[in-house]
Amino acid sequence: MITGSKKKVLLGMSGGVDSSVAAFLLQKEGYDVIGVTMKLHKDSNNDEGCCSINAVEDARRVANKLGIQFHVFNMEEEFKKYVIDYFIKEYEAGRTPNPCIACNRYIKFGALLDKAKSLGIDYVATGHYAIIEKSNDRYILKMAKDDTKDQSYVLYNLTQEQLSKTLFPLGKYKKKEIREIAKKIGLQVASKPDSQEICFVEDNDHFNFINQNSTKPITKGEIVDIKGNVLGYHEGITKYTIGQRKGLGISLGKPMFVVDIDAENNRIVLGSNEDLLIKELDVTDINWISINKLENKIKVKAKIRYKAKEETATVTPIDNNRIKVIFDTPQRAVTPGQSIVFYQNDNVVGGGIIS
Amino acid sequence: MNRIIYLDNAATTRLNPKVLDSMLPYLKESYGNPSSIHFLGRENKKAIDKAREQVAKSLNAQFNEIFFTGGGSESDNWAIKGVAFANESKGKHIITTNIEHHAVLHTCKYLEKYGFEITYLPVKSNGIIDIEDLKKAIREDTILISVMFANNEIGTIQPIKEIGEIAREKGIYFHTDAVQAIGHIPIDVKELNIDLLSLSAHKFNGPKGVGVLYIKSGVNILSMIHGGGQERGKRAGTENVAGIVGLGEAIEIATKDIEKKSKYLITLRDRTIKELINRIPDTILNGDPKKRLPGNINVCFKYIEGESILLMLDMKGLAASSGSACTSGSLKPSHVLLAIGLPHEIAHGSLRLTLSEETTDKDMEYLLEVLPPIVENLRKMSPLIKNK
Repeated sequence: MITGSKKKVLLGMSGGVDSSVAAFLLQKEGYDVIGVTMKLHKDSNNDEGCCSINAVEDARRVANKLGIQFHVFNMEEEFKKYVIDYFIKEYEAGRTPNPCIACNRYIKFGALLDKAKSLGIDYVATGHYAIIEKSNDRYILKMAKDDTKDQSYVLYNLTQEQLSKTLFPLGKYKKKEIREIAKKIGLQVASKPDSQEICFVEDNDHFNFINQNSTKPITKGEIVDIKGNVLGYHEGITKYTIGQRKGLGISLGKPMFVVDIDAENNRIVLGSNEDLLIKELDVTDINWISINKLENKIKVKAKIRYKAKEETATVTPIDNNRIKVIFDTPQRAVTPGQSIVFYQNDNVVGGGIIS
Repeated sequence: MNRIIYLDNAATTRLNPKVLDSMLPYLKESYGNPSSIHFLGRENKKAIDKAREQVAKSLNAQFNEIFFTGGGSESDNWAIKGVAFANESKGKHIITTNIEHHAVLHTCKYLEKYGFEITYLPVKSNGIIDIEDLKKAIREDTILISVMFANNEIGTIQPIKEIGEIAREKGIYFHTDAVQAIGHIPIDVKELNIDLLSLSAHKFNGPKGVGVLYIKSGVNILSMIHGGGQERGKRAGTENVAGIVGLGEAIEIATKDIEKKSKYLITLRDRTIKELINRIPDTILNGDPKKRLPGNINVCFKYIEGESILLMLDMKGLAASSGSACTSGSLKPSHVLLAIGLPHEIAHGSLRLTLSEETTDKDMEYLLEVLPPIVENLRKMSPLIKNK
């Protein structure tokens, strides 16, 4: 490693186009960039995808091309504890978790940031599309310039301390521009497709993944309607999510949706599309960003899942770690375990977990 | 410019300039194929013969018992698979240890899929096997014992002579992975009753990508690569002439004056270990303090990860290692450290420093100056120390 007077930044590199260009942009801004690929899970027979041998090699080749140092950190233990185990536990409790949010909170801006600090490195950076700005004495998280790629939703858990040590060099670019830069500087990853699915679940089959990794046996149970009439049987509640219509395995003559997952009684509850509409919900495990604390009720735009549209709502404090959200219009398939994130203009106000 | 101090000689060593000089003609003007009839071919054949003699002499083996390979891992693979499949009609049981290099361990795992049974002998907390365990493990159908000469991580030296005697008595083939030992310990394959021995040139200031398997005359073993008649038809393919010449030169130099070199290294090693333990609290020396390679230091600093220490040392111009070169970057706790009974969290905090004759007192002073504050700082950040 070279020691100099430049500020040092530890950049998480996945071998994809975003984090590769992030390395270039940070370099251009005058940082001493140290690239790192985190090995987060064992990918048995998979050569592609994040954490694979190919991903590490792609990242290393980019680092070599840009002339930056590169390391591989193994964080399988932390990832298992904070992301995979949480993912399984949530599904088993009848909730639908968002593992990327947990990974950002505990791994990328948790364990990796700790590692950076212990190595005397000033910042952690990633190829996320979001903007951090300092306003008065607070660090504000803002939506990215490219609203089709904005990832502020998955970053709402970052604390002021974490935000103060984080850099998102891509926030002010459009994805198209990033691909153009990659091409211009001759990165071989310029046309690599975007990653979509949960990185540790193969073939996007979370049911199979939970089956293989859970310590609890998967038990069959009843599928009922709202009144409790038995309509059929399910193969395990972890196979279902709120709002699901396909793959229920029973035909009812009319469209039916999963409206509730009753883990306690091991039951899946079906209802009509109207039964899925909810106006009011409670939120726990809250993190505030643009404000220090919620004193009085505020008007916000709220997003109930990563790809959902923002909808206007009123947020009211209940107690220290619990708030009530009332939407102006009812929302479809509000899913316990997912995160809700509040915005004012482009600023992330905060967010929490739908209970 | 920062100073560079290389303390990773178990991973690889600096190519000796004399060795490089011996290789250059075969990369430049003397480009013939050793199998060719003409003068350029003959010249190359002669060079290989000379190297084979140099190796044979260094090991007290015969000329026709030396087979050049692509390196230590290939030699290990060949020895174990070659003996196993050639002798399976006699039995399918193999004895090895649980601290072998992965080239041995993973080859044994592979053989398990083909119905071979492998006994992995444990080691004592000093990293050395109990010879009684070996005696007990031997069965009617045991065809091979493979025990490494010296361990690549903790440097511990196994009782090779005693193992060789037992193997001889029972009529079982004895292979030893001597990759780490060559040039540090005198090896006489006849005196030690060794039937097969693996070595690799780049561990003793030779070039990378070339090694040797010593196969005692009469050992029943399959060919490694089928093709032309090179290496007596056992390892086909046009020879890596420059590499082989370099290996011959390097082994001749490395096996000279072993005693003098060892004396120097042992003094430097023991002084450094003593000082590390003095200056850094909660430091554990891994492996037997005496029965270890002269240049090997392997210590654990409780409560922190080896990887972080390496990165910090790297910033100070010190090249070191945690565990073996192969496990760096994967951060799996070393199977060797787990085998000597260290718990997971302590095995993570290991640092391997492997010295060479070029390492000086001054280098070690610099290390002893920079390392204690690094460990102290990392411990301040460590979640493990908070739970102490």
